[in-house]
Amino acid sequence: MAMKVYGPAMSTNVARVLVCLEEVGAEYEVVPVDMTTGEHKSPAHDARNPFGQVPAFQDGDLILYESRAISKYILRKGGSDLLRESNLAESAMVDVWLEVESGHFSSTMSPIIFQCLVVPFLGGETDTKIVQENLEKLKTALGVYEARLSRFKYLAGDFVSLADISHFPAAYYLLGGSHASVLDAYPHVKAWLAEVMDRPSVRKVVELMKLPSA
Amino acid sequence: MAPPVVTVFGTANFANAARVMACLEEVGVEYEVVEVDYMAKEHKGAEHLARNPLGQIPAFQDGDIKLFESRAIAKYVLRKYSKAAHVDLLREGNPEEAAMVDVWTEVEAHTYFPAIAPIFYECVVYPATHGIPTNQKVVDESLEKLKKVLDVYEAHLSRSKYLYLAGDFFSFADLNHFPFTFHVMTTPHASLFDSYPHVKAWWERVMARPSLKKISPDMVIRA
Repeated sequence: MAMKVYGPAMSTNVARVLVCLEEVGAEYEVVPVDMTTGEHKSPAHDARNPFGQVPAFQDGDLILYESRAISKYILRKGGSDLLRESNLAESAMVDVWLEVESGHFSSTMSPIIFQCLVVPFLGGETDTKIVQENLEKLKTALGVYEARLSRFKYLAGDFVSLADISHFPAAYYLLGGSHASVLDAYPHVKAWLAEVMDRPSVRKVVELMKLPSA
Repeated sequence: MAPPVVTVFGTANFANAARVMACLEEVGVEYEVVEVDYMAKEHKGAEHLARNPLGQIPAFQDGDIKLFESRAIAKYVLRKYSKAAHVDLLREGNPEEAAMVDVWTEVEAHTYFPAIAPIFYECVVYPATHGIPTNQKVVDESLEKLKKVLDVYEAHLSRSKYLYLAGDFFSFADLNHFPFTFHVMTTPHASLFDSYPHVKAWWERVMARPSLKKISPDMVIRA
């Protein structure tokens, strides 16, 4: 039975899970959850994700939520090398940079995406103060990334890992939005992101993110 | 006493350093604690930045391996030293159990911590170490958020009848909830948990761990 992902592909956290499924070549089905009608707060979805968020995930009887937990489950099951769990030093570096991704990159991008894309879509006005505050935090983080990527090809070392790929959903919106030029001051980051975005798995999921039903 | 095997940069009064120490205690590994003088901004100085480029506490060293981000450090410690200590907090031999540990670890990081941490900072840290009075508005907003989160925890524990978050086994997921919950339990807001009997019972089970009882006294924030 194909694994199921519940949620719209355009959601950064759903996209993270989809790229991992693509990386391991798994058979999967994306089940839409219409957040504009509050479907993510419905009893049916609550049974899959009690925090009322997307994604939720199902593999047989196993139901999971939290995109990074789902992603690791998928990569382990598919025998992927993107976690490096057979090597203590390497897996530790993957974990370090996954924490940086969630705590410093995606966390600062999330309010920017919400203000620049979601708020106007819902008929509201972008709060530029929130955007600016988070852009400043993002620049501080990008400085750390630039130093790291000047020394190593990828974040965890000289091997690509989930730590790199986990950046793609927020990066997709940064690159496609009006603040992409913030990356110009960080050439190693810019080049590294271009390479991540060029992965076949990422290109496939980007197409899914663009679909109207997404 | 055996010589230290690893070094933690940051003392136990920093909740994220305590997270790492809790894991070290669980696996019985001797560790050296090096103070990082926060008030003197030592965490933003060149020496500490070389260990943690984000300028945060803690950092960690085990031989040639240098790490930052407390959850990543904690996981490394458990992966390396669990077998010899006969503990299994990550359950990596069982994909479904490991996934449940990951789920509740992520929930702590993204949902529980943002709701509970401001209560700790406003009620304990700012008054004690910065002489700044508690911002009651922030505390009240956080308490409302925390209640909604605890509603889900209570439903999860009562429906599943699990002793712990990921199953009937104490795991990394439970341990990750320890530092900030411990601190809030030292405030009057501990009474919030009285409305959530399964959560309260779970917390009492967690606090019964010898490892956590051992480091608790060092965690207390003093003015």
